[in-house]
Amino acid sequence: MSTPSNVLADLQSRSEAMAPAEISPLRRLVWSVRRELWENRSIYLAPLAVAALFLAGFLVALVRLPHTVRAASALGPIQRQAAIEQPYVIAAIMLMAIAMLVAVFYCVDALYGERRDRSTLFWKSLPVSDWTTVLSKASIPILVLPLVTFAVTVVTQFVMLLASSAVLAASGLSVRTLWSDVPFFEISGIHLSHIVGFHGIWWAPIYGWLLLVSAWAKRAPFLWATLPPVAIGAAERIAFGTSHFSSFLQNHFLGGPITGGSDSGMSMDMLGEDPWGWFLLDPGLYVGLAVTAAFLLAAVWLRRWRGPI
Amino acid sequence: MAYIEARGLRKTYGATVALDGIDLDVQEGRILGLIGPNGAGKTTALNAIVGLTSYEGELRVLGRDPWTDRARLMRDATFIADVAVLPRWIRVSQALDYLAGVHPGFDRAKAEGFLAKTSIRPASRVRELSKGMVTQLHLALVMAIDARLLVLDEPTLGLDLLFRKQFYDSLLSDYFERSRTVVVATHQVDEVQHVLTDIVFLDRGRIVFRRSMEEIEERFHEVAVHPDRIAAARALHPVHERQSVGRGILLFEGQDRERLAALGDVRTPSVADLFVAILSSRGGQPQGAAR
Repeated sequence: MSTPSNVLADLQSRSEAMAPAEISPLRRLVWSVRRELWENRSIYLAPLAVAALFLAGFLVALVRLPHTVRAASALGPIQRQAAIEQPYVIAAIMLMAIAMLVAVFYCVDALYGERRDRSTLFWKSLPVSDWTTVLSKASIPILVLPLVTFAVTVVTQFVMLLASSAVLAASGLSVRTLWSDVPFFEISGIHLSHIVGFHGIWWAPIYGWLLLVSAWAKRAPFLWATLPPVAIGAAERIAFGTSHFSSFLQNHFLGGPITGGSDSGMSMDMLGEDPWGWFLLDPGLYVGLAVTAAFLLAAVWLRRWRGPI
Repeated sequence: MAYIEARGLRKTYGATVALDGIDLDVQEGRILGLIGPNGAGKTTALNAIVGLTSYEGELRVLGRDPWTDRARLMRDATFIADVAVLPRWIRVSQALDYLAGVHPGFDRAKAEGFLAKTSIRPASRVRELSKGMVTQLHLALVMAIDARLLVLDEPTLGLDLLFRKQFYDSLLSDYFERSRTVVVATHQVDEVQHVLTDIVFLDRGRIVFRRSMEEIEERFHEVAVHPDRIAAARALHPVHERQSVGRGILLFEGQDRERLAALGDVRTPSVADLFVAILSSRGGQPQGAAR
């Protein structure tokens, strides 16, 4: 910092009448996330479209609701609750599935697309570091998309409950039973921990891997992303006749602490009272986050080295 | 103060040597034209300067190492790498928003003022604009950045004559408005030469010629020699000789103008003619010197 030319440069920049205001790294990150949302509108449009479609179907099916509720009342309390809450579970599962698809396609293209259309040359002409860019892209599947999915899910289920309440009230059935069978706030809490914790943070290594491949591949990033895990699994099977690698992946990514149940899918009351405690105590979480960090570090490094394709 | 200082700048891609040890100094307030045939290393040199590529040797741009410090360097420098690099999905207003959000030296009002003179609407997406409009937009964005160093690589490639002229006119008027330092690489030598203060010819990764425009005017003379004085002219060791409309055109370096006037009509050579002369005297293939 003390070479003469640097001193000159410092003096000169200080003497400039309009010294530009500093921009904090956080502000650059926020603008970069916003940029991602401009480019990839599917992040919010896809869940919204699925929700709208589902709601349309659900509203049509409301005609049959009084009949369903009457039929369900004849069942035991557990079967009744299962029958009543089923559409709410389906709505949540559909939204999570679409979010998963969006996340995968987003990650595969995130750092590959900007090289393919050469726009990386424009982005690199701006004072935004490779770190900021990669972090903004990683935040989409890990944080932004889960929050969007959560919000859309909760709003969808709330609309479903309101519409159902109106129909039930009009046909003289108990609205109270509906709200106790589908406990809205409790379900919302479970959704939050499941979608943000599991789909976002627990799966972060997957997104990190996809971003790394996206930064590296010169063509067919999707193939490069899926081939190595499959190849390792196959090689292990041929060489040792075992399948530790694939079962490890399966156990880790499908059987984590906030899976919301491994066999019966998304049952709403299967989690303990303290899912976050479980989650935070699992060493798998921290190993996963460390692996994610390593993948992202490699993606940052690659983004610096790789030019347009 | 030297804005760009390169010592032994070298870059290889496998067995191909793109830059073969370049020494370069660009002082504040200069407009340097980097001219050379295809594959001479122009783009590699510019990419090294703006931090897009790694290199061997020493390179300081505005006192920084561009490869390790690109993001910080881009607060005071900016570049147009190619005309077609604006993302096609972005809206004009979004580009303005984003630049205002991340660039401390971006003057949004200035960019909007520039765009108001064009037919580009803020709601348009880049993919809806014509090639010329995309370049106008890119230029409006870059000119509104208060950068001390501007690096341009073939900024007018693929544009028609009208846009090219507009481009360099606005570049020049902006240059006179404030102290800018510009490095521009181009094939369209004739169009930039009135803008430049310095030129560097690159050939096969090396600098083969480097002069200020004043030096060129002082030292280089082109003579359309009378046919009967051609022998006398050749005795003065011309740098280059070519034929044009039946006359020998001889290029001299460092010869007295009065003395040359006796041989025929004397004028200052164009940069393009100089380029052809210098490169063919080296046995090069100046196929890149398109007019």
